[in-house]
Amino acid sequence: MMADKPSAAELKDYAEQADAWFKENTVRDPGFMLPLTFMEVSTDQQFDFLQEWQRKVYEAGYLGASWPKEYGGGGLHSDFQRVATRAMKNYDAPIMLNAIGNGWAGPLILDLGSEEQKQKYIKPMLSAEDIWCQGFSEPENGSDLGNAQLKAVKEGDEYVLNGSKIWTSLGDRAKYMILLARTDFDAPNKYAGLSFFLNPMKIDGITTSRIKKLTGEYGFVQTFFTDARISADCLFGGEGNGWSMAMKTLEYERGAKVKPVGGFFVKELDVMEIVELAKNSVRNGKPLLDDPVMRDKMTQYMIDIQALNLNNTRRRMPQLMQDKPMGLPLMNKLARTELIRELTEFSLAFQGTKAGYYVGDENAVDDGYWHRSYLNSFSATIGGGTSEIQRNIVAEHALGLPKTR
Amino acid sequence: MDNLGTIGTTEEQIELMDVATNFCRDKSPVDKVRALIDDDLGYDPDVWREIGELGWLAIAIPEAHDGVGLSMAEVVPIAEQMGRNLMSTPFGSTTLAAQALLAGGSEAQQAAWLPKIAAGAAATLALREDNGDWDLSNIEATGTVSGNSVSLSGKKQLVLWADSADLIIASVKIDGAVGFALIERSGLPEGALRRETVIDETARSYEVNLDGVTVSADALFDASRTRETLEKIELAAGLIHAAEMTGGAQSVIDYTLEYLKTRKQFGKIIGSYQALKHPTVNNYVEYEKARTHLYSAAHSWGEQGRGEVAVRMAAAQSHASYSTAADRAIQFHGGFGFTHDCDAQLHRRKAILSGALIGDAAYQRSKLANLLFD
Repeated sequence: MMADKPSAAELKDYAEQADAWFKENTVRDPGFMLPLTFMEVSTDQQFDFLQEWQRKVYEAGYLGASWPKEYGGGGLHSDFQRVATRAMKNYDAPIMLNAIGNGWAGPLILDLGSEEQKQKYIKPMLSAEDIWCQGFSEPENGSDLGNAQLKAVKEGDEYVLNGSKIWTSLGDRAKYMILLARTDFDAPNKYAGLSFFLNPMKIDGITTSRIKKLTGEYGFVQTFFTDARISADCLFGGEGNGWSMAMKTLEYERGAKVKPVGGFFVKELDVMEIVELAKNSVRNGKPLLDDPVMRDKMTQYMIDIQALNLNNTRRRMPQLMQDKPMGLPLMNKLARTELIRELTEFSLAFQGTKAGYYVGDENAVDDGYWHRSYLNSFSATIGGGTSEIQRNIVAEHALGLPKTR
Repeated sequence: MDNLGTIGTTEEQIELMDVATNFCRDKSPVDKVRALIDDDLGYDPDVWREIGELGWLAIAIPEAHDGVGLSMAEVVPIAEQMGRNLMSTPFGSTTLAAQALLAGGSEAQQAAWLPKIAAGAAATLALREDNGDWDLSNIEATGTVSGNSVSLSGKKQLVLWADSADLIIASVKIDGAVGFALIERSGLPEGALRRETVIDETARSYEVNLDGVTVSADALFDASRTRETLEKIELAAGLIHAAEMTGGAQSVIDYTLEYLKTRKQFGKIIGSYQALKHPTVNNYVEYEKARTHLYSAAHSWGEQGRGEVAVRMAAAQSHASYSTAADRAIQFHGGFGFTHDCDAQLHRRKAILSGALIGDAAYQRSKLANLLFD
């Protein structure tokens, strides 16, 4: 049931409480490097710190504030969560570790799960007791999700799993995986043979191997399934409905559908940080911001960022969305992730000779934050469907162009 | 950043959007747009009369002067739909002239002209000169005051719809400072107007020769308000052109989509090729950004600081978006795209004229940079 829309005064009170809490409790520098997103959690130290942090935020009521009370949420209107999320950003709070759980699996289970599943999974997900990961991509099928080949064969009241998934963020630490597998190899089309599972990870027959990223960090794995047996109760959405479950999940992942939980993005897109960097940079003995080319580019980025931020407001204004109602929601991931990539790359241009340094060198600007941000930005332009796939999606589903085959 | 605009709408805006969408679509089908290219007047006088009767020229005029008492925010959806349907009339130039009167005109000048405009009289601004500069204060035309009369000299260029306008408001240097003179077109000497050949064939533009034109001293704007008048004109022009260009961008993208959905090559609908699909999506994304900025600019209109940032963002984004979308539309139509019959060129030409009138995207960004970074 939808909670009542709060008054401005109620929201203001809540915002003050949230600001005070994050101001008091946020640890920005724990003495070691924090990951930029949930996808780069490399060390036990990082994991333990972030797990504890999410638990603390949840217990304070600022995570899952608008999720149903009976399953461990706060039962408040979603405007409260938006306010709490803003407070996290205002105080540069560390990321929420369990992003796949909170951002994709949770909303899916809340929307379509049974009462039992909601009771079992939601609360420990919010408190970060149970970490979730996602098993969609395979070594041979990245963007071609519908072609997933991991086999799930029913034997009695169990499914036997064989195959491999890849790019599994937090895969070595997760307790559960949302898994797309093939239950029927004779189905009339590739999509019809797929099923969706809430799959336990800590069982015999499932192993993981870590993959080193282009940044030098770890954080995702390849997952191998060798005669792994799971209960038939793990099936979600009915046999053969895997594609539709996966597509619903992607709606959350790509930001087309939002059930705000909070804390997913590390930071707002904020060009002012880059402006600061530029102000402190020198070119030919003068402030870099005096350079007309740099000023022009920076201004264009301000225009882009402002547009994307306002798009988020506009998409909730049906009067301004009549022409192509799916346009803004479907283009969100594409536009935002590509802009972050360009912007973080652009930030390197300010550093002059220092652009040569990387994380770990004492001469690196901001400890190599910008380099790491740029290199990590590809995780979002590739993961969750590459930008090229996103363009096909916008073209086909918002603009009505024929499918690319 | 606290000088960034916000987005919102008014009920009146939404109502006008609905009415304007239907009106402009019905009154300005493209075959009519093309027929008017060869027409001397350049617009349908019946449609212009209807625009006056609908009260659209009165929207941003105060009730005290027989206007509706709303603002430029409510003019935006109308200009947007006019741009979308390539509907050319003196609507934009008349609206801008009214805004200039509100910013710099005396009580008597406003009382004399605003009710006429609200009732459907056309007016225009004469700002541009031979130096090609977008800086509105870089002018050489002069007004020399002698007793109760002012003799004007110099040439103003790109004066839209001057032959239809009852009133021309011209910028001239008076004692070395920028000022404005109200000129009744009926008082212009024979031959003062020369029709210009402008790139947008749907528009009508004139060079106005001021030599020998005399107005009375009370036809000058209040000199103490020149700076705010210049600012108001620049922003109102930025907003109204941003609206037209945003509507135009939407239109040219839709026009191209129709082609991509029907044209076959190599046995396939060409819209299924990613080489065409992906840049079309990019153009569409840029258009949506322009529209978001447009409604932010409308919503932030009149707010100190924020208003200017939002309008310039809208002007920059819409000019860039319209230009690119129309450019690619020509290319994606292949051989047909190179013909006069393809509507893409109508849009490409219109985007060039708009940029020429208010300053292109790079110019808007250079103004923005000063507001944002200094």
